[in-house]
Formats: sequence, C-alpha cells, structure tokens
Amino acid sequence: MEEIIRVENLTHTYGEGTPFCRSAVQDMSLAIRRGEFLGIIGHTGSGKSTLIQHLNGLLKPTSGRILLGGEDIWADPKKIRSVRFRVGLVFQYPEYQLFEETVYRDIAFGPTNMGLSRDEIDRRVREAARFAGLSEDLLEKSPFALSGGQKRRVAIAGVIAMEPEVLVLDEPSAGLDPQGREELLANIRAYHRERGTTVVLVSHSMEEIAKNVDRIIVLSDSHVLMSGTPREVFARGDELMSAGLDVPQVTRVAMKLREGGLAISPDVYTVDELSAELIALKRGGGRAC
Amino acid sequence: MEMIKTQDLTFTYPGAEGEGNTRALRGVDIEIERGSFVVVLGHNGSGKSTLAKTFNAVLLPSGGKVYVEGMDTADEALLLEIRRRVGMVFQNPDNQIVANVVEEDVAFAPENLGVPSAEIRKRVDDALEAVGMSKFVKHAPHLLSGGQKQRIAIAGVLAMKPECIVLDEATAMLDPVGRREVLAAVEKLNREQGITVVLITHHMNEAEHADRVIVMNDGIVMMDGTPREVFTRKKELENIGLAVPDTVSLLFSLREAGMDVPVDAITVEECADVILKNLT
Amino acid sequence: MLKDITLGQYFPGDTLAHKLDPRTKLLVTVLYVVALFTAKSYIAYGLLILTLVLAVRISHVGAKALFKGLKPVLFIIAFTALLNLFYTPGTELCRFWIFRITVEGIRAAITMMLRITLLIMGTFLLTYTTSPIRLTDGLESLLNPLKKIRVPVHELAMMMSIALRFIPTLIEETDKIMSAQKARGADFETGSLMQRAKALVPLLVPLFVSAFRRADELATAMECRCYHGDEGRTKLNVLHYQTRDYLVLGYYLAVVVVVIVLR
Repeated sequence: MEEIIRVENLTHTYGEGTPFCRSAVQDMSLAIRRGEFLGIIGHTGSGKSTLIQHLNGLLKPTSGRILLGGEDIWADPKKIRSVRFRVGLVFQYPEYQLFEETVYRDIAFGPTNMGLSRDEIDRRVREAARFAGLSEDLLEKSPFALSGGQKRRVAIAGVIAMEPEVLVLDEPSAGLDPQGREELLANIRAYHRERGTTVVLVSHSMEEIAKNVDRIIVLSDSHVLMSGTPREVFARGDELMSAGLDVPQVTRVAMKLREGGLAISPDVYTVDELSAELIALKRGGGRAC
Repeated sequence: MEMIKTQDLTFTYPGAEGEGNTRALRGVDIEIERGSFVVVLGHNGSGKSTLAKTFNAVLLPSGGKVYVEGMDTADEALLLEIRRRVGMVFQNPDNQIVANVVEEDVAFAPENLGVPSAEIRKRVDDALEAVGMSKFVKHAPHLLSGGQKQRIAIAGVLAMKPECIVLDEATAMLDPVGRREVLAAVEKLNREQGITVVLITHHMNEAEHADRVIVMNDGIVMMDGTPREVFTRKKELENIGLAVPDTVSLLFSLREAGMDVPVDAITVEECADVILKNLT
Repeated sequence: MLKDITLGQYFPGDTLAHKLDPRTKLLVTVLYVVALFTAKSYIAYGLLILTLVLAVRISHVGAKALFKGLKPVLFIIAFTALLNLFYTPGTELCRFWIFRITVEGIRAAITMMLRITLLIMGTFLLTYTTSPIRLTDGLESLLNPLKKIRVPVHELAMMMSIALRFIPTLIEETDKIMSAQKARGADFETGSLMQRAKALVPLLVPLFVSAFRRADELATAMECRCYHGDEGRTKLNVLHYQTRDYLVLGYYLAVVVVVIVLR
C-alpha cells in the first residue's frame, strides 16, 4: 500500500525560550497508508493532539517534515490552507464549534471555503449528512435545537463534506453512551468502506480501536512506542501496560489465563476468539500446557 | 432512615414551541440507604441525570415527592440544609470551578454556610487530603487535568460535610486515568467516611464495586439489584442500548457452548478464576 | 499561543510589596495619583520620583519589565508632550512654520510626560505585586461601606472574580474553536477589514453560546454549594492590616501633605 502521509522526524516544542518549554512530540516518524483505517492510541500527554494538528498544517513543526502525497506541506506556507481541505480533522467534542443558522449551512461551511459551486456544495452537504447518519429533515433546523449526539454528527458531516483524502477523528465517540458509540463507529466504518478515504481514529479506548482498525500506532511520552496490526500490538500487552496504557479486557483475561497455565494464543483480543479457544481447550480435554 | 427516598416521582421538561413536553421520569420509587454505594446506569435520555438532579432540589418533582433524610425537597425553607447534606459533582470539570486558586474554590461552600475562618481552613485542608490533592492547595485550578479538577470539585463538596455525594456523569468527559482517579476517590470516601455515594453513568465497568445498581430506561427503573444480579441480564441490557463488560459476554458465550461457568464473575480477576477452575 | 497572555502582568513573589494588604496598595496608589496631579514644585516631583523608586525597590521589579509596561502608552506620552510643547501660551523661545515653542510649553511637556510615566509605573506596580483575586478582595473590602446605600458590592466583586477566573478558560476555548474552524478552511488572517470581521462569526457565535451554557452550569453548581448571596457569608482568607501597612499608608499620606504644602 502506498503512503499518503509521512511524518519525518517531527519535533514540536511549545514555549521555546520560556521557562515553560516542553516538547510534546520528539523525533517522531510514521507513515499513514492510503486507504487504511488506522488507529492511534496514547495516554494524555503522549503527543496525540499535537501530532494530529500537524497532519493538517494547523501547527508548524519545530523540526522535521510532514509529507502529503510525497510533498512537504510547508513547502509553500501560503498554500497551507489547501492542505486542510485534503486532510480533514475532527476535534474532540466538535459539537461546540457549530455556529450557523441551519444544519445545512454549517455543513456547507467547509465546501464554501473551498470556493465550490452551489450545486457541488449541495451535493456534498447531502452526501455528508447521509454518511454521518443525519436524516434530510434535520438539514433546515437550527443546529442548536438538536440533541448532543446529533450535533456531533453535524460537526463530523461538516468535515466529511470537504471530501478530504484523509479523515482524522479525535475521540469521536467521547461522551456518547454505548449505543451511540456503536452507531457512530458503524457510520464511520461504512464511510471508510464506501468512499475508500483513509481514516485515522485517535482514541483512548482500546476496545474501540481493536474492533475497528486495520493497524494501530501506539504513542507514549512524545514518541512512537510500537505499531502493527491489532493482533501484533495486543500480543505485547505487558509492554503496553508498563507504558501505562490500557489493554482490552479480553486481552487481560487471556493474560491471566496464560499465567494460570492455559495455552491461549498471545494475540487474542476479541471475545469471540477467546471464547473459541477456550471451548476448543475444553473439548480437547481441559488443561494443556 | 434512608438517605434519599422518592415516591412516585415524575418529571416533565417543558417542550420547545411546537414540540411536546418530554416526560423524563414516569414514576420512580426508590430508597437509597445511608452509607451505600449506588450506581445508576442508563443510556442518554433514560432519565438518570434528571433523577440525580431531583435528589438535591436542582429540579423539583412535577409529581410525587423526593425526601432527603425525611426532608421534603419541595420545602423552600429546607433548601440550604438539603443541599448541604446532598452534594453534587457535575459533568463538566471547568464549569463548577469558581475561584482562581484551589483552596479558595474548596472554601466556597463553607464560606457560603457562614463557617468561621479557622474552621474553613481546617475543612479545606481535610477535604483536599481526602481526595489526594493536598499539594495543589495554592495552584490555579484551570491548569489541572480533568481528573484532578473533578477531585477538586469533590473536595469542594466535601468541605460542606455532606452525608451524600451525587456524581452526575462526573466521569463522562475524562480520560481513563482521570476516571480511575475519581472512582478511587469516591470509593475511598464511601469506605472510610461512610459517605453515601450515588454515581450516575453509562459506563458499566464503573459499577463493578458498587453495592447496588439501578438501571433506568425511558423514565422508569428497569432493574435494581447487585452488580452481579444486573450484569447477568445481558440480553435485556443490550436491548436498551447498554453494553455488558466483555468479561460477562465471554462467560455467556462459554455457557452457551455448554461450559458450566457462572456468568456473574464480572471483574477480570474473577472471570479468569472461574474459567481456570472450570478448565483445570 | 494565546495562552501566553497573563492578565495585568501579575508576578507571584515574596517581597514586602507582595505581602502588603491589597487595600493598602489600592489606597496608596490612589494617594499617589492624587499627589501626582496636585504636585507643582520641583521638590514635589523629586519626592514623587523618589517614592516610585522606593516602591520599585521593594517590589523587586526589573527595570526591563517596568519599561515594557510603558510600551503601550509611549504613543500617548509622546503625543501629549508634543501637544503641550506646541500649544502652551507664554514666553516664546523659538518658532518654525506654524509651531511655537514657549518656556511654559517646555515645562508643561516635561511635567505631563513625568506625570503619565509615573502614573503608569505606579499602577503597574500595583498589578505586578497583587494577584487579581487579592485585588478584588481588597476592592470589595474597601467598598463595603457602600452596601449601606444599597450598592451591590458583593455581587460586583463576585462577578469580577468569576470573570477573572474564566479568562484563561475562555482563551483556551477560543484557541480550540479557532483551530476547529481553521481546519475547515476558515481564514482569520487575510482579507479586508470587512472580510476579517465576517470571518469572526464562526468564532464568536460558538464562544457566546458556550459562555451562556457555562454561566448556567456554573450558577447551578454554585447554588448546589449553598451560595445564596452575601448574607451570612464568611471568608477563608480574611484581610488584616499589619504594622507595615500602617507605616506605608502613613508614608504616602505624608507625601500627599508635603506635595500640597509645597504648592
């Protein structure tokens, strides 16, 4: 798979020259492949928020480069705005940025800034609303009359409407109840499938990442700790836990079972998998190790 | 006497123009025992937050009654005393901090209650210690993490010397670390000081160590029992939009395949234990 | 970015000036200003400059910080000085084109410059050594007697301290909203004045909506902590005058008296 974004030796230091100087990101290098569904995990302070703001040029690197489609996004600083149309970023609790009179106009904000024709904007708004799970009758309502969950979908639609090549979502399900969470992630998965857009999901929740992504990058303390498929990453549960990160419940149960002497594969991370292995063990005669 | 008691409690939010009213609570009868740790679970819109707000008269019943240690919450004369006894911590950590300095924020409640200066000092120090934030006494609260801010909010409530603390989705906006800090703090207060804790949430795993779990759905109490009793009603919970912890899902799955395991071993340790017992 | 703004440039410290009761500092600042504008003779000005130097010494303010505080008003100082220089009637010294410079003009210009500089420096010292909360406490205490004529002193003080508390939070939120809108292509930097004003709508609307919501939530939280206005309210940190306060107040009173006498 080719790369769509490459982060090369990125360092970002806040407050240089003041007593509050600190590097949120240190010499970080990673690649995002075109069309993949990538998960980024890290505790608060690992550099997650800083990193993602570099991906769409909201922050400028103290040193290092960000390459989009092979080109340095800061090659011509005046053109940095165009990068933001290609890499769409949805912040945490995005519903707090809604401002327009109608849902339609709020979703249209991005495409309007792109200078598109009225027809094109209309097409994009409607399609984005569909992907975000918003029914057409909501388009003419005021965003402030909607529920929290609906507002969030409007905000996400607003970024999808720019039809970015890469969609980055920072904790999109934060604060939603389990059902809301499931529905939203299903919408995002469907979007990824139908449009083939590269999707980057930043999350705290191991379970959420495990169930949705192709590949995971783990950040810790302003560095990349490890990367790989969910299977590869959760097989290193001990390392994750020493880095202060949570591991899916299932993986923790599996770890305890292995400690207790059962031969469970080290990379089990879903209920179904563990269940299948245990049932097989039972049928095969119980203890095996 | 119970800490909190509701009698046929109903609550209706007045609707916006052109829309009907929302019946958030449709007849709730519960009693919260002194010193217990109760978790109220429910999806968004189930009425759990509305219920919490009737406990200290932030909202008054549309119908029915709410009693705090025998005092009717609708009685204006008792309002201050009720709020002193039942403290509340809200969801947004920023929007409950009043002052620029931690100690001044924690002192806010006793100042309102006319407590003498020296006594306020003592209460502030004790409260901060009880939540493990003593070294932040002179800090600016807005520079703290979410979990730390919520602990300051808890300290602010503690300074009133309440009998009961209600946490209205107080962990919803926190990261896992913050959530753990807050839970540990209230569990400790419940254990060591006997303070009644009512925790409103939609995260099942926060109910692991509770004495009692009340599940709300559509404005009424749907389930009421120990965590073990409630978590094993997997299908029903999933039907109302809640998710059981993966440990319970696993045990159910094993049971369906014919393994004789209890489905109520909800924590990771217990779950692993029962499986090991079964297989070895 | 925006986070680097510190309001009123308060610098925490342990100097004598920091330890003074905020009411003392407020009162002496007022006294100083009165003295500044009543001063006429050179000796009086000398005394006032000396007083400022003493104040600077006991607050341990660096000269650099002090002059940085003057930066915003340099234009006003220069402008006022020039105005006085060219438009004061009196004994003419020289003239070119339409401008006349008089002896009185020079004197007026210098006194004006001096007054404004000392005024700015004096108030700068006040905010430098006193935290916003302490200032509000001090102000509330001083204005307390006004309660008798129904001035809502407590409410005003509470409003001020809550506003101060939320300034960093609102700045952080502004930052976040700006980033979110920029991520959708909003442009806050380029364009005509008209365009830039329009560009502020996606920033201001969410900010205002959020501010109202915050106010509502905060009010509820305050009531849940038994807030019911000023009645019966006590304080954690009660202000007490110490000997050093009386001494400092005494000194400034003396300065005012001397200045008046020297007119």
